[in-house]
Amino acid sequence: MSETGKIWALHLALIAALIVAGLVLPAYHQGNLARILVLATYAVGYNLLFGYTGLLSLGHAMFFGAGMYGLGLAMQHGDVSALPAFVIGLICAAVLAAVVALLALRTIGVAFMIVTLMFAQSAFLTVLYFGEWTRGDEGFVLQQATRQIAGVDLSEPTNRYYAALILFSAALLITLKLVRARFGRVLVAIRENEERTRMLGYDCFRHKFLAVVLSGTLSGAAGAAYGLLFGYVGASFTGVQYSIFPLLWVLLGGAGTVIGPFVGALFMFYLIDYASGWTSAYMLIAGAVLVALTLFAPLGLMGELRKRWLRWLP
Amino acid sequence: MSLLQTQGLTKTFAGLTAVEDVALRVAPGEVHALIGPNGAGKSTLVGMIAGRIEATRGQVVFDGRDVTALPAHKRIRMGLAYTFQITAIYARLSLADNIALALGSPDRGAARAALDRVGLTECEDQLAGDLSYGHQRLLEIAMGVAQSPRLLILDEPTQGLAESEIANFNRLIRELAGDTTILLIEHNMNVVMELAERITVLDMGRVLATGLPAEIQSDARVQAAYLGVSDAEA
Ligand SMILES: Nc1ncnc2c1ncn2[C@@H]1O[C@H](COP(=O)(O)OP(=O)(O)OP(=O)(O)O)[C@@H](O)[C@H]1O
Ligand SMILES: [Mg+2]
Repeated sequence: MSETGKIWALHLALIAALIVAGLVLPAYHQGNLARILVLATYAVGYNLLFGYTGLLSLGHAMFFGAGMYGLGLAMQHGDVSALPAFVIGLICAAVLAAVVALLALRTIGVAFMIVTLMFAQSAFLTVLYFGEWTRGDEGFVLQQATRQIAGVDLSEPTNRYYAALILFSAALLITLKLVRARFGRVLVAIRENEERTRMLGYDCFRHKFLAVVLSGTLSGAAGAAYGLLFGYVGASFTGVQYSIFPLLWVLLGGAGTVIGPFVGALFMFYLIDYASGWTSAYMLIAGAVLVALTLFAPLGLMGELRKRWLRWLP
Repeated sequence: MSLLQTQGLTKTFAGLTAVEDVALRVAPGEVHALIGPNGAGKSTLVGMIAGRIEATRGQVVFDGRDVTALPAHKRIRMGLAYTFQITAIYARLSLADNIALALGSPDRGAARAALDRVGLTECEDQLAGDLSYGHQRLLEIAMGVAQSPRLLILDEPTQGLAESEIANFNRLIRELAGDTTILLIEHNMNVVMELAERITVLDMGRVLATGLPAEIQSDARVQAAYLGVSDAEA
């Protein structure tokens, strides 16, 4: 099989496996996997910037939150129905990402991390400040009756699972297409050696700007979907924790690999799930496994796989 | 008419004037060598020409257009290519990917041809970082050549190359000369004398002399500032 053939086969096989999983999994795992798929979409967005472009953001929760609140506030206070509210969420995230990109991309390295962290912190405080509408920490629940698109009740577990899968598949395939196109190659070139890339005639700023906007928009799509599918919008989703999670998932799964974010999110979700079944000190176990993985698989699960056996993995 | 022309080009780093009032003219198709002792300001000068370093003062005219305010990537797209003194390749990417980025298209045949041209026989799937230092230099040159530039700026390309590779490099430059204008910074006097049609000597940021190789070789000031020293070292 040609390289392109193998690549598409692998990614479509993953989607096919997930379609089947929705039919055969018991309700508990189907519910988990729905959540993992939405979070993996968030990680896919994060990976575009961190894994492919080499820009480490510590503030992606603001994009996740922009999508979630864009959708949630429109539905709650604007009586907007789910689909247009989802689009509003996307637009909020995209606009926020563009603004953040224009300001944060003036800095590099550690400064970029700190600037994104500060922006996210401001976003978090903004959510709390407008508590009258956002209900702050407590958050608000989206009425079940409003959570439907084209008559499909998205609060129903199986519908919810497939909605999450559609979102994830779209994000996965868009990223796959993108990173194999010239645009993606240039992002990798910027990650590997920005000065060289500039001196080959590429407009690095424009590429980085687009990477932030795309990454932020994908993250916002995940945030909006999370609110819509699970019916809850709260400030904790814009907190520092939610900026760190996608970084961990991507590192675990393999930064700069298309399926790594999914693998990382899946792995960590079930790691914590199982560990918490054995002991109340489950975070200790999770921490130990994470340390072991960073020591023995520094490129993440898919990254190591690519290095050893699957050189063609995008 | 010159393909490249600078006027009053000056760069000051926090009080230190690295390049001062440089007027340089490079004619289309010529191989123009830029020589001078360490710290003379050669890399800074070509950095300003390529847009990598912002000029403190002065003007760069490329192909009849004032490009002084143009960012580097736009100058490159006008047909300028730049290779770094300190090797700058994509160490974690394959040779084919390195060349593809220079070409702007992932054409494996063209990548193979570009590698062959500089005498790199390694497989194009090999990682650039696994090449020996000298071969990484060759890859850098290959990336410059692959861009089919009108002006190719080479900053000490032969540093770290073996004798046979230098001979191959000389052959390559002679092949390119005529179609491609070449601005070559070079410490190896044999290479300079073999390739250069004109030479500009930089010393302490200023142009000391410019002219034909024979003129430069017999210039007493140049000998004092540079050639004598380098001959003694060699
Ligand atoms: N970024 C910088 N900041 C401060 N000083 C600099 C910088 N770059 C170069 N210089 C100084 O400017 C002067 C000229 O440096 P440049 O690298 O242009 O010399 P060169 O002729 O290329 O030398 P070499 O033959 O060693 O490569 C040197 O004194 C150098 O220390
Ligand atoms: Mg130099």
